[in-house]
Amino acid sequence: MLTIRKSGLQTAIQDLGRSGFQRYGVIASGVMDPFAHRIANLLAGNAETSPTLEIALSGPVIEFEADHFIAICGGDLSPSLDGEPLAMWRGHFVPKGSVLSFGEPKRGARSYVAVAGSFDIPAVMGSHSTYLRAGIGGFQGRALKNGDSLQTLALPAGRMEALKKQNAQTPDWLIPPARYHEQPIIRMMPGRQFNLFNEASRKRIFEESFSVSANSDRMGYRLEGPELALEKQEELISEAVAFGSVQVPADGNPIVLLADRQTTGGYPKIGQVAAVDLPLISQLKPGESLKFRHISVNDAQQLYIEQEQQIRQLKIAIQMKREEWT
Amino acid sequence: MEFTFSPLSEQALVIETGTIINKESEQAVRKLSALLEKEAPDWLIEFIPAFTTVTVFYDPCRLRQAEAEQELTRLMAQLDEVEAPAPRQIEIPVCYGGDFGPDLRFVAEHNGLTEEEVVNIHTSGTYSVHMIGFAPGFPFIGGMSEKIAAPRRKSPRLRIPERTVGIAGMQTGVYPIETPGGWQLIGRTPLRLFVPEQDIPSLLRAGDEIRFTQIDEAEYREQEAKRDADHS
Repeated sequence: MLTIRKSGLQTAIQDLGRSGFQRYGVIASGVMDPFAHRIANLLAGNAETSPTLEIALSGPVIEFEADHFIAICGGDLSPSLDGEPLAMWRGHFVPKGSVLSFGEPKRGARSYVAVAGSFDIPAVMGSHSTYLRAGIGGFQGRALKNGDSLQTLALPAGRMEALKKQNAQTPDWLIPPARYHEQPIIRMMPGRQFNLFNEASRKRIFEESFSVSANSDRMGYRLEGPELALEKQEELISEAVAFGSVQVPADGNPIVLLADRQTTGGYPKIGQVAAVDLPLISQLKPGESLKFRHISVNDAQQLYIEQEQQIRQLKIAIQMKREEWT
Repeated sequence: MEFTFSPLSEQALVIETGTIINKESEQAVRKLSALLEKEAPDWLIEFIPAFTTVTVFYDPCRLRQAEAEQELTRLMAQLDEVEAPAPRQIEIPVCYGGDFGPDLRFVAEHNGLTEEEVVNIHTSGTYSVHMIGFAPGFPFIGGMSEKIAAPRRKSPRLRIPERTVGIAGMQTGVYPIETPGGWQLIGRTPLRLFVPEQDIPSLLRAGDEIRFTQIDEAEYREQEAKRDADHS
């Protein structure tokens, strides 16, 4: 069991999102940085789909009421255990009574804490993700508060010993040095309505730099930069949007739709961020900036497949090692 | 029927059934949805129907874009044999005006009508649900009389309570969950449009025909109490 001593800015349980219900208007929710979430779970011996704690900017204080094994991945929010800095991207045994806290956000905006066995909470519509606005999923449909206690599921016999001996780490090849950079290059496919934008906008989107507005959240990041406009103003027919769709409302400032996006939208989409680069956006803090670079759908699929293969490799390596120790 | 494919992302393909909203394009969307539900190919992650599009999500590790198009084309050869579900008739009881509909007076004044006339016009129409989207269970409803059309509020409200009925331009709708929004609010229904504990969590579906009926506050309270009792 873990107890939340201080909740932090926004700490909530998320997984890879609520799939299959978007056709009923139910938003997907889920983690903002699926890559970090999945790696954290693998290092903790969990399935990639298990729920983790998503922590934003100013982290919580968590007391472990039993022996646990955890891994923290994602943005560096200066995690420490009983005051000692705790390395990220690797597993750690945390004994009963120890306290996890976070400090200054050094790089990135969100961290993911996976606990071996994962959290014992009911799934709603097939997912453990917290959907704050509807008050469903996660822990009682809300962000965590001071004093909340989270139960974890029991580990298979011998698992804790195996995890401790293994002390899994993420290999360097899997964490590119440019990850969570303050000024990332984001690869973007032309959006469904790309050709409705005027020539200047179609050029500027791939040339100039955009900064993340303070008015940004899990639903979407508002960007500020050169103004973008359609060739001629027209009303569009609402259609599906996706994680990473870049839509442009009439004010000309693009919005990158993220985890808590609506299912459909009527604004023209100038682009679609490649899935492999979504974490780079989700980890930006207001005031930081980015540039878009053109990528084709085919190349974005190739990158997606390569990343999936890398994650699978890590998964197999961790499992094999653990079996050696069991 | 002509369909076009275009990518929304490296994991999603949009099937367009037309470029304008009409009976044919909407009927095609419903048939496509019925087909995808029935066949449920194992590579399909999920799909989102809208007015003139069905967007299909897939895993590029299983099939690339060209293969997804081929699979869908093969599947859609059966489209003529698919029946779109028959439209259901659903009645939505509404308690108009008062605290539930603080903008009823504005809508009346804007159109040179009395509040009662607005309610009469709103309850006399037959409406159809074009699509569900934007929020869980939120219906895009067509068929409202232009006599009660009203512009959106200049500054949106930060919180509109769940189940509030509103008007924005030529549209009427019901907010299933508490949301910020700029609609003119005319009443509230005791019916839940978003029901997360049910297999299909949306009360309404694309194609449904709906009517609004007027209830008073006592009936509203009674139906709300009965609904809560049924759920506990």
